Amino acid sequence: MRDVAVVSFAQSHYVRSDTQHNEVEILMPVISEAIERSGVPCKEIGFTVSGSCDYLAGQPFAFVNALDAVGAWPPIRESHVEMDGAWALYEAWVRLQCGDIDSALVYAFGKSSLGDVRDVMTLQLDPYCVAPLWPDSISVAALQARALLDAGRCTERDMAEVATRSRRDARSNPAAQLSGAADVDALLREPYVVSPLRRHDCPPISDGAAAIVLAAGDLARRVSKRPSWITGIDHRIEPHALGVRDLTQSPSTRLAADRAGAGRAPVDVAELHAPFTHQELILRDAIGLGDDVRINPSGGALAANAIMVAGLARIGEAASRIIGGDADRVLAHATSGPCLQQNLVCVMEAR
Amino acid sequence: MNRCAIIGIGQTKHASKRADVSIPGLVREAAQRALDDADLTYADIDAVVIGKAPDMFEGVMMPELYLADALGATGKPMLRVHTAGSVGGSTAIVASHLIEAGVHERVLTVAFEKQSESDAMWALAPKLPFQPTTVAGAGGYFAPHIRAYMKRSGAPPDTGMRVVVKDRLNALKNPYAHLHQGDITLESVAASPMLWDPIRYAETCPSSDGACAMVLASEKAAERAPRPPAWIHASAMRSEPTMFSGRDQVSPQAGKDCAADVYRQAGITNPRKELDCAEIYVPFSWFEPMWMENLGFAEEGAGWKMTLEGATAMDGDMPVNMSGGVLSSNPIGASGMLRFAEAAMQVRGSAGAHQLDGVRRALGHAYGGGSQFFSLWIVGREKG
Repeated sequence: MRDVAVVSFAQSHYVRSDTQHNEVEILMPVISEAIERSGVPCKEIGFTVSGSCDYLAGQPFAFVNALDAVGAWPPIRESHVEMDGAWALYEAWVRLQCGDIDSALVYAFGKSSLGDVRDVMTLQLDPYCVAPLWPDSISVAALQARALLDAGRCTERDMAEVATRSRRDARSNPAAQLSGAADVDALLREPYVVSPLRRHDCPPISDGAAAIVLAAGDLARRVSKRPSWITGIDHRIEPHALGVRDLTQSPSTRLAADRAGAGRAPVDVAELHAPFTHQELILRDAIGLGDDVRINPSGGALAANAIMVAGLARIGEAASRIIGGDADRVLAHATSGPCLQQNLVCVMEAR
Repeated sequence: MNRCAIIGIGQTKHASKRADVSIPGLVREAAQRALDDADLTYADIDAVVIGKAPDMFEGVMMPELYLADALGATGKPMLRVHTAGSVGGSTAIVASHLIEAGVHERVLTVAFEKQSESDAMWALAPKLPFQPTTVAGAGGYFAPHIRAYMKRSGAPPDTGMRVVVKDRLNALKNPYAHLHQGDITLESVAASPMLWDPIRYAETCPSSDGACAMVLASEKAAERAPRPPAWIHASAMRSEPTMFSGRDQVSPQAGKDCAADVYRQAGITNPRKELDCAEIYVPFSWFEPMWMENLGFAEEGAGWKMTLEGATAMDGDMPVNMSGGVLSSNPIGASGMLRFAEAAMQVRGSAGAHQLDGVRRALGHAYGGGSQFFSLWIVGREKG
């Protein structure tokens, strides 16, 4: 495979409800910053691809106006996935493998504040048999957490510890929405939102955007002192129906990690897209991450969870550890669908 | 870049309401036919790339998640493309990149729309803050572009009517087409109600349920295919913003650039001479002459002459929309892929009653948004 690297990453400050800016206004400074940092002149970007979801904005073609943030004139080679931006990055990586272009801009945006995200996510479920019963996203995640607890694979304290670590780490992430010192015992005294999930087990609702510039081979080496080389990237999906899956396992993550070569050498840092605390525990197990791996130094999706953005941001955060010289081998993960239905793993290294 | 071939093609019977199948039933109907054509099963497929137009057209958010196992994607990579009306074409191109990049050997690509489960007119007219709702649908949006074209080119007012009569008569040869109007005439079209001046009811695409699927394969995998493959000689996508001062919405630059790119890749300098036919995205009759110019088949202002001279008819020198086109079947998300698939069917010689003789190279075209997203491919009988 052709050498492709993340050469820059930028993201917005994530907030509960950005009433001052529309999606284009949130995106513009983020895209400008990513391009500026990349060292690749804007007009030389070979391919542009984005990830977003119409249902967050409550309008069709929500991605169309976002093109205004790119400045698509003269016309550009461009594509869009109705998926988290991590999959847009995958499309860009594939496009760069074709060999005729050397750089790509990947961006994602999402304003969850525009609707009631707990209800909106219900529309992702089986439209004939499940969605009409209107199970909300937290209740669906709670089923998974309950299965994990009942299987004896974790305790509510383990889950709370994921939350406290994430919020503590988020204090050094200026983009984070939720951060701070929290005491595990205090968290465990809080009431359930949907048993067994407490407020700290659930992600914040966030508005935000992120952008990454990818460059191939010599271009990456020319524009970046320390590119974050993608040594493996893969994604897999599971059946949709919750009843046919063992919700305590993530076989698609395991397979994607294996195909991405995650286990070939130790990783220093892993950025896991686990919107709910218990999901981090499932993912660590599926990937085989030991206690020596630094998990989510950014605070992860528990510190900011702009839907459609959070997966791409994991890749950006992990890549930043390489670019900044803090790590030599990192792993990033993104998820989509109810109870970790679809998962992507991206392994990056310094050279 | 590795070679990529189309080795299996399938589509559903398109209809205004396919109440006999659910969404998974609809997509499987097309996917199974594509697999059968390639003499493969779901187990032979490495990845699935699915596309459709806005999720509000069915009322299901990111329906590919729900469709994953119905399309045999369990344990495999699955991508969902959405580039507005051009999505059927873009989806096929994204799938082809997986082969051309050497990532996979066989990819199933599917596009669909089940418009009867929601209401496209409602979905296209959201009530947003600080914006008036148009409640005009796509026809209301594109009618001014057509009026501008008529004024600019001086085309005779019956040009659009001739296009729709030709396309709907072609559709009689296509068993999968939604509309089979054997009695259509210029007079019946002229007598149909004016919806969005100058677009009459009879010059408008129908609203369809339907799906299309293709199996794309590497050179190695294509050589083992039971039926002749179609080889991808060129593919390209281009986008431009919806609105800005000076934008030519009648013949957008993105369309011209996209066409120039595929001609360059395929080594074509005279598309009308070097291509044998084209299947293009014509949701409203007048877009045939407009795209003839945008694609470089005719000089600027002269596209309508091709229609009037019969050049775009089945027996013309540049047959266009042999399948009956979007004017005869419009499952929106699948419409672009149906164009791409028809081009491939023509070079494979598998188009049945609407097959042309001796097609060596064909063009598939799709566009979307406010005439701002374009996808094109050129496929050939030889490897290219």
